[in-house]
Amino acid sequence: MTHWLIAPILIPLLGGILQVFMGYAPIGLRRTLAIATTVLMLVSAVVLLALASDGSYRVYAFGNWQPPFGIVLVLDRLAALMLVLTAVLGLFCHIYASGGADEGNRQFHTLFLFQLMGLNIAFLTGDLFNLFVAFEVLLIASYGLLMHGGGTSRTVPGLHYVVLNLAGSALFLISVGMIYSVTGTLNMADLAVKIPQVTGSNLNLVKAGGMMLLVVFALKAAILPLCFWLPKAYARATAPVAALFAVMTKVGIYAIVRIYPLIFGDDAGELANLGMDWLFPLALVTLSMGVIGALGADNLKTLVAWQVIISVGTLLAPIALGSEAGLSAALFYLVSTTWTVAALFLVAELVASQRGTAADKIITAPKMHHRTFLSVLFLIGAVAASGLPPLSGFFGKLLILKSVEPSAEMAWLWGVLLVGGFLTLIAYSRAGSIVFWWNVDGHLETPEPMNNRVAVSTGILTCLTMLIVVLAGPLSDFTRATAEQLHNNQDYINILQTPMHVPQNPLVGEIN
Amino acid sequence: MELLFAIAIGALTTSGVYLLLRARTFPVVMGLTLLSYGVNLFLFASGRLATGQQPVIGTTASYSDPLPQALVLTAIVIGFAMTAFLVVLSLRNLADNENDHVDGRREATTAASKVEQEVSSK
Repeated sequence: MTHWLIAPILIPLLGGILQVFMGYAPIGLRRTLAIATTVLMLVSAVVLLALASDGSYRVYAFGNWQPPFGIVLVLDRLAALMLVLTAVLGLFCHIYASGGADEGNRQFHTLFLFQLMGLNIAFLTGDLFNLFVAFEVLLIASYGLLMHGGGTSRTVPGLHYVVLNLAGSALFLISVGMIYSVTGTLNMADLAVKIPQVTGSNLNLVKAGGMMLLVVFALKAAILPLCFWLPKAYARATAPVAALFAVMTKVGIYAIVRIYPLIFGDDAGELANLGMDWLFPLALVTLSMGVIGALGADNLKTLVAWQVIISVGTLLAPIALGSEAGLSAALFYLVSTTWTVAALFLVAELVASQRGTAADKIITAPKMHHRTFLSVLFLIGAVAASGLPPLSGFFGKLLILKSVEPSAEMAWLWGVLLVGGFLTLIAYSRAGSIVFWWNVDGHLETPEPMNNRVAVSTGILTCLTMLIVVLAGPLSDFTRATAEQLHNNQDYINILQTPMHVPQNPLVGEIN
Repeated sequence: MELLFAIAIGALTTSGVYLLLRARTFPVVMGLTLLSYGVNLFLFASGRLATGQQPVIGTTASYSDPLPQALVLTAIVIGFAMTAFLVVLSLRNLADNENDHVDGRREATTAASKVEQEVSSK
């Protein structure tokens, strides 16, 4: 049992607690310590990635309780990939925030680190109820972050977000209760053993529980009937927060990928592939809805917020089809789209800061400062997001298109994805050409200064899409191995047999 | 006992969902609270209902399942914190928009209420 598994949870927890007590320390010191915490977290995530890439499962049992009786953390390729994805994103958002966005609330860094902790627990946990707790941890931090920066415009979307997620939590608990009442366990590996044995009248109970769980994850992932809260909330949030939230919808997708192939997978008997035939059409409709929203957006941040929904639809379609190649392609696209969308949120905020009262509205305005720098970043982000060659979005979409077997689903997926990609391109071209090219004469008199931290973090995050292209070979090998690991349930179930190392306590003998 | 318990959960959930769908923040907060009560009872019932049994093996002939009790405890704590946060947020909404409509809309001044205002001002 390696203790590294707990590191990505402990590091932001301790760093966050330190920040709680440092509310009145000089802001420079707070920033340095907060970013140092995030860097340490990234290091621990990379260590875990190196550990996980040998393809075995690593288990960390709290209190040394033999699973399924205790809570376990489980590290596999998928968890490691998500950890690194989040840590990289978190680091750049954090550096951006330290450029000035963290002022005005003494506990910004605390909330930010607790948010990262919640995300890491969600990725590492091997227990359904622990997943609920992780969701609550990351949600309560996100409520605070969403309201950060003040302003009356954030109150109403914030209220909607909180109420919706509380209702979602209630549904989560009900479904957990339903599943527990039949199976008597909440450990994911144990559930994978017990669910196929369910028979008779209990079957419907588990089925209802499983479907309600899917509704909860659909709410987190913003799948169509449950996605209308997202554009307003994300578009109004402070840029680094909105950028970090790019990974929040991916938590819902992660939960679907983690739980459904494992617990309700091909081996689940009568409950095999529960809900997956619903997911495919919903994914396509979500994609279309996102494209329509992007075409109708009247400012850059709303446009990018709809891009989040487009990427959710694009990711879910191959996942719902359930093939190994599709899953691998979706994971590749997930890495690419998360970083790209986050970078676009940051670019939109920079553009807004350089345009005075026009902000990020898609209207003609006086020429902005730093126009070349910002327009190049926007171009890179837009090309990667709409899936044009030569950037990573193209490779992601290509892998998704290639992964489908010739069938009716293939026609639908290809049609919606390609037409959607084309229309997204139109939305970005329209927005970009109005914002960057259609200028009235003259400069804005007093632009907000753009500091190095903000510019550098946005630049690097945007250019990560090129890094993905350079490393496309190793990354796609890794996602293929991840998909293979996810499809082979037996290894995950075997973690129940992990021998627990019990230290020999000399006192035990004496008492007996 | 099962019937009473089921009716209690049903009543709490129904009223919770009804209040959740109201247009003012105060009923919504009340609705979420009732919903969380219903959910807590439901979770409790997932370990089967029994009286006079302890959640410790060996103390009585049969024992009750301790896990749902632990789950309910966690759910209560989280639900409490969330309710507190939601109340603060609703007050903030009221202060910002001078209105506790969930969409922050200002009261539409209908013809009837205008007449009423004129009458009261006279």
